Amino acid sequence: MNTGVITDSMNRDFVLAVEGLTVSFDGFKAVNDLSFYVDENEIRVIIGPNGAGKTTVLDLICGRTRATTGSIRFKERELTKMKEHEIVRAGVGRKFQNPSIYEDLTVFENLEISYPKGRTVVGALTFRRDGPVKERVQEIAETIFLADQLDQRAEYLSHGQKQWLEIGMLLIQDPELLMLDEPVAGMSVSERKKTAELLNTIIKNRSVIVIEHDMKFVEDIAHKVTVLHQGKILSEGSMAKVQADPKVIEVYLGH
Amino acid sequence: MTIPAPKSGRTFFLRPQDVIGILALAILLLVVLPLALDNFRLQFVGKYLTYAFVALGLVLCWGYAGILSLGQGVFFGLGGYCMAMYLKLQASSVENTKIQSTPGIPDFMDWNQITSLPWFWEPFRSFGFTSLAVIVVPALFALLLGYALFKRRVGGVYFAIITQALAAIMTILIVGQQGYTGGINGITDLRSLHGWDIRTDSAKTILYFVCVGLLLGCILLAYYVKSSKLGRILVAMRDKEDRVRFSGYDVSSFKIFVFCLAASLSAIGGAMFTLQVGFMSPSFVGIVPSIEMVIYTAVGGRLSILGAIYGTLLVNWAKTSFSESFPELWLFGLGGLFIAVVLIFPNGLAGLWQTYVAPRLGPLFGGGAKRRAAPPASGPVAPAAAE
Repeated sequence: MNTGVITDSMNRDFVLAVEGLTVSFDGFKAVNDLSFYVDENEIRVIIGPNGAGKTTVLDLICGRTRATTGSIRFKERELTKMKEHEIVRAGVGRKFQNPSIYEDLTVFENLEISYPKGRTVVGALTFRRDGPVKERVQEIAETIFLADQLDQRAEYLSHGQKQWLEIGMLLIQDPELLMLDEPVAGMSVSERKKTAELLNTIIKNRSVIVIEHDMKFVEDIAHKVTVLHQGKILSEGSMAKVQADPKVIEVYLGH
Repeated sequence: MTIPAPKSGRTFFLRPQDVIGILALAILLLVVLPLALDNFRLQFVGKYLTYAFVALGLVLCWGYAGILSLGQGVFFGLGGYCMAMYLKLQASSVENTKIQSTPGIPDFMDWNQITSLPWFWEPFRSFGFTSLAVIVVPALFALLLGYALFKRRVGGVYFAIITQALAAIMTILIVGQQGYTGGINGITDLRSLHGWDIRTDSAKTILYFVCVGLLLGCILLAYYVKSSKLGRILVAMRDKEDRVRFSGYDVSSFKIFVFCLAASLSAIGGAMFTLQVGFMSPSFVGIVPSIEMVIYTAVGGRLSILGAIYGTLLVNWAKTSFSESFPELWLFGLGGLFIAVVLIFPNGLAGLWQTYVAPRLGPLFGGGAKRRAAPPASGPVAPAAAE
């Protein structure tokens, strides 16, 4: 391990330290020299206008997009050099914006595939659906309100249920850092309430990064808010502080 | 805590309807056809069944994992050529070839002024090595290709085009290297396996049963893979590749695995083809046979292991019957069939069976699954038997 340089992030126990992160697509800097730190058990919400680079930040953390420069450290491990599946195995889970589930499989099978065992070819061939697996799937299904739909094909679930299923698929991996991209988008009012309740139960003992547009929802859950604009941080702090920031009102909240 | 429904708790890899389906196929191939058909026709079925190995591999690779390979003929050919090399060496004893300028090497080498056996032919003197090579050589080749392409995330249409190009390259290579491969004629005049004459009727009947036995074994293997978690991961990958990747799986290794498995299955078919038909030539390696094999799978149903077997039998039976009467029309027929599958019944005969026949049989037979496999089979059986 590199002990030569003690940076700010290493003085404290940040779960995630993003420093000087830049990605450019053909010269366009979608994320530009971005730095932020996420604490243990913190819920961080990222907001910002369309095209601010919110989703790109999540893509960079989970390895879907490669950084041009900068570093992303998760529990002292450099993620920018790791493959996607290695990042997941290190403890980073990511939910996509559109519900990303396996429509042809049952709810049970969806959750089972996400269960962190038998992830190699040989492991998958010899995987046994034993007691602990079934119990864990059952437990997660109850948490995400889908215990009665276990044998249903996922394509027949409602939009909200699909979102919950994907959250459940992350939950079963028990990640230390959970990243959610617009978890309540397209949900009815009652589904939204249930999702907030769900998020409040699952965020215990883990750090969470959420991208969300729904300000009411953000206010309910956020510990700290980061406002992105054109790939840079416009403002950061508590919800009250951010809402009072004239720059934020100018580019985002005011409209 | 409630226990998940029985389906979720299933541990044995075959469902009752699968067992019935496999048994029905086994009875058809092991009892009904040998009794109903004369030796000549039975040998045809034996030949068709060698393509069924390819179709089986395509169900896993294309149907389940969504990887369309238009070059399965290459692997069929590799298996077939491995076996042909062994058989050719058997037939090229010094005594048999004493009229050649270099006795003891295959005749086509002698005609091409080659004076000693090439090094890569040497190990094929051993039947043990040959049997291993039939499975391992194509798998290694698929591993190499899969590693190069899937690690770079080449997929879909691009993968299909590359495999098709590969089939073309392979044919050109075999034809061009006449001295080592027998060229366009292939490797012919194969006679005996370890002293056992494979050209007699009784030998051909035995080989038919060996072929059926191997096929049933491969079907069981395919069912095992399908019902394992790996099978579900393949389906998940076909649907949402990124979700699988971001659930902690190295997606490319699963693709490579299924592609290698399909290659080995095809190669077993190729080896059985050589044994039963008595020769192997580049005409079974190229683009046309590769695409025909995809059509067999599509007609039978690319999502159904047994469906693909029946599809292969049915299309080949139609091909033989049609070609006997209207040789020019067959290719149009095959093309039309493929268009019909794509437009009208995308899940093939198995899809039609599951949609229209199985639900009606449910109340009649109590299980619905009973004789699941029988009707598509009656196609190739009844008319052929009537002749």
